[in-house]
Amino acid sequence: MSARIAWALGLAAVLVAAGAAAAWFATAPRRISAEVAAAVSEPGDPEAGKTVFFLAGCESCHMSPDQRDPLRLGGGMELKTPFGSFYPPNISSDPKDGIGSWSAADFADAVMAGVSPRGRHLYPALPYTSYGRMSIKDVRDLFAFLRTTPPVSGRAPPNALVFPFSIRRAVGFWKLLYMPRIDHPLAVDPTGEEALGRYLVEGPGHCAECHSPRDLLGGIIESRRLTGGPLPDGKGKAPDITARGLRDWSESDISDALSTGFTPSGDVLGSAMAAVVRSLSHAPEQDLAAIAHYLKTYNAVSAQQ
Amino acid sequence: MARMTIAALAIAASAGIALAAVTGAEAIKERRALMKTDGEVSKPIVPMLKGKAPFDLAIVQKALKAYENAASKEPALFPPDSKTGDTNALPAIWEDNNMADLDARFKKMGDDAAAALVSVKDEASFKAIMPGFYDNNCGGCHEKYKAKQQ
Repeated sequence: MSARIAWALGLAAVLVAAGAAAAWFATAPRRISAEVAAAVSEPGDPEAGKTVFFLAGCESCHMSPDQRDPLRLGGGMELKTPFGSFYPPNISSDPKDGIGSWSAADFADAVMAGVSPRGRHLYPALPYTSYGRMSIKDVRDLFAFLRTTPPVSGRAPPNALVFPFSIRRAVGFWKLLYMPRIDHPLAVDPTGEEALGRYLVEGPGHCAECHSPRDLLGGIIESRRLTGGPLPDGKGKAPDITARGLRDWSESDISDALSTGFTPSGDVLGSAMAAVVRSLSHAPEQDLAAIAHYLKTYNAVSAQQ
Repeated sequence: MARMTIAALAIAASAGIALAAVTGAEAIKERRALMKTDGEVSKPIVPMLKGKAPFDLAIVQKALKAYENAASKEPALFPPDSKTGDTNALPAIWEDNNMADLDARFKKMGDDAAAALVSVKDEASFKAIMPGFYDNNCGGCHEKYKAKQQ
């Protein structure tokens, strides 16, 4: 009898260990492929990267707080979320505190796969679920541009997250659930207004990250993508920006609002969107028109059924 | 001199009474009306900013005068009892030391509008000055103190 109990306990221990090993394996951080790493490592165009920088709104989270220079990227601005506070890191060219010593492949690992140079998961407060859809050309150019920004010394405070979200390895489970399957390499940006608009909205623009409802684990509810969602800091709601939500807006109303802040009623966009407008005021008119065109034709999956 | 002091006190007192007499609901209504006017006078300026309509100095000056007027009246329109009601103003306005910040922002908006009335003379100066004006004085304040409506 006691031998049988010992045997059962032994089996249970083996199963638990196997389960833990499987979980450890399943949650392992996965870098970009060698093929993508090689492609992003070719020389980029910093001037084109500057456009990508503002389309992606990098500075709206990474610029040093309490100052107005969008190219001072010292990090440390508090991002309040239901999971705790994130402090986006220094992404200036500083070799010690910023990303000045990173390779292009390190950078692509971070923005496209959510993996740090040391091979750890990054939290999806960095919207790699969107940035993972970016073209290799845009990532390469963006990295080339970031290298031209002035070095800023100093590091952001560590994130202050609520348990169990403080367990970094668990981000691996989150990625299994929510990281979109992305077909790479997407070598260059799509052309044609429809495809370009989709690319800008779902890739660098990462509109869905705020304008979609999320489930309890913080994953976007895909059937209601872009139909609006509560802002992470709890101060109001990001509105529905599908064709239904924007039914009273013309395409030029949308592109004008994105670059000037003015809505058709004469209101000025505020809240988290003020920073987005500040970024997009630098964006090419053609890109804004493509974004507007795509949003005006986009219907939520739940509305299509 | 004494008479002047008394007169000044009387004016100050009546102004105080007038301010105190603004209920929260009235303050909300008044500040919304001022914001609405700001929006109305701004509408024709948006296509000018984008180069879709010809520059018209008279329209810009009319708007700047409206902004200046609104900025002078707004600070009195955020009494403590106007925190709740039919408003998109965030409670943050009445927290910490933010009321002083809000007042300073309205002062800057008025000053900037007055300065722009002088410095905006043609399309080039309009395009150089006004985007920054709107970002600083409209977007910046809505960013911090206005809830996203919907």
